[in-house]
Amino acid sequence: MDEILSKESSEHPALRQGEAGTGRSTSLAAPRFLRAVGAIAWKDLSAEFRSRELFSAMMVFSLLVILIFNFALELDISTRRTVTSGILWVTFAFAGTLGLNRSLSMEKDQGCLDGLLLAPVDRAAIYFGKAASNLVFMLIVEAIVLPVYSFLYGINLFHPGLVVVILLGSIGYTAVGTLLATMSVQTRTRDVLLPILLFPVVLPVLIAAVKASSAILAGDDPTSIMPWVNLMLVYDVIFIAAAFMGFDFIVQE
Amino acid sequence: MQAKPTALKALDIASIVLLAIAGYLALIYAPEELVMGQVQRVFYFHVATAWTGLLGFVAAGVAGVVYLVTADEKWDTVEVAAVEISLVFFFVTIVLGSIWARPIWNTWWTWDPRLTTAAVTELIYIAYFMLRAGIEDPTKRARFGAVYAIIGAISAPITFLAIRFFRTIHPVVIGSGDPSAQGTFAMSPHMLVAFFFALFTFTVIFIDLFWNRIRLGSLAGKVEELKLSILQ
Repeated sequence: MDEILSKESSEHPALRQGEAGTGRSTSLAAPRFLRAVGAIAWKDLSAEFRSRELFSAMMVFSLLVILIFNFALELDISTRRTVTSGILWVTFAFAGTLGLNRSLSMEKDQGCLDGLLLAPVDRAAIYFGKAASNLVFMLIVEAIVLPVYSFLYGINLFHPGLVVVILLGSIGYTAVGTLLATMSVQTRTRDVLLPILLFPVVLPVLIAAVKASSAILAGDDPTSIMPWVNLMLVYDVIFIAAAFMGFDFIVQE
Repeated sequence: MQAKPTALKALDIASIVLLAIAGYLALIYAPEELVMGQVQRVFYFHVATAWTGLLGFVAAGVAGVVYLVTADEKWDTVEVAAVEISLVFFFVTIVLGSIWARPIWNTWWTWDPRLTTAAVTELIYIAYFMLRAGIEDPTKRARFGAVYAIIGAISAPITFLAIRFFRTIHPVVIGSGDPSAQGTFAMSPHMLVAFFFALFTFTVIFIDLFWNRIRLGSLAGKVEELKLSILQ
């Protein structure tokens, strides 16, 4: 019986995809993987552009946090300069948590995660797709917060170096955050658990990002900024690797 | 129920005896330090408990990796035991450190690399237990715990290195001396005896507690199985 079935399937024209009898030969694996990542990221982004729920929540939340900081800290002109990078990164960290929670709980609630897992894609592709869309959301929010902050506090935040630091920091944050958010939405305590899991682990990125940001804003020479940028690069590489390897274990049924 | 192995019973007694001796050595045998006075004696147990915490930390990371590779739940028990012990011993380290710091640095706490990393590691452990508490399925709990233990184990050393770019005021008694570190001192032979004996004692205590806790964990697992078989 098996011989008959396998013979029939290998002769069936629809199943012959060039060299890929099973669709998974190494010569087709890489573009297939990238297409899967792109499809998952695009699904999230297009869903979000239609409803704009997540994005508006993160946006308004960030602006409110900045407002609260205005009253929480007495920010005269000189203090503002030293404290700006800290405020920015606290804002990004909390808004990021919001985004991650919402992005992953949407998957869990509507059974989308199960659907994704049933699809014939690499688990790592699901991870990278989710992480990519989370990163895009975070970057869009940051892109709007920066000019608003500049406007409200009269500090020029338009440095190319700062953009690089924010990009590296956000990559590290969402790399670990996507993994931990996937874990936390599967527990009883759900959303509440993500900050508890995430903040201790993402600390090196936050430290490096704040230090690098304030050095750039203060106009320090690059030799004092580079160690922090290097630390962020190292962190990003290590944790992207660790996260996509760990992702497989946390979405098994 | 299995009886406690004789070796473990012997280890229990040995741990208590060694602890008593280490206490004597630290509090009476070792001479008083010139500059800091009696409060310096905290150092013997402080470093020893930090060492024990570190052993537990490494054991947890290793157990996590082995669990994910083998899916044998015995390693999950080992990992939980390691994290629990490390949590307690790092906490003792922090308390002892604060007791020492108050008269010497004039503050209970400071945000230098080692202290901050110790605090962050404690938070990672607490987060670990909160994660496990929120999951009902034992296999899922074990898998999530292992992944988080590994992520935490990678992150803590990076945190340490990150903050170390600053100059530290924490004494570097062993290793490169930073002249600005307050409270550094050289150890006399009697002090060395007390110091290494304390390290040895706490290593023995670690093994004893670890073994006991693993045994407790596997017995608890058996109780769960029995409960489930009765319910069916």
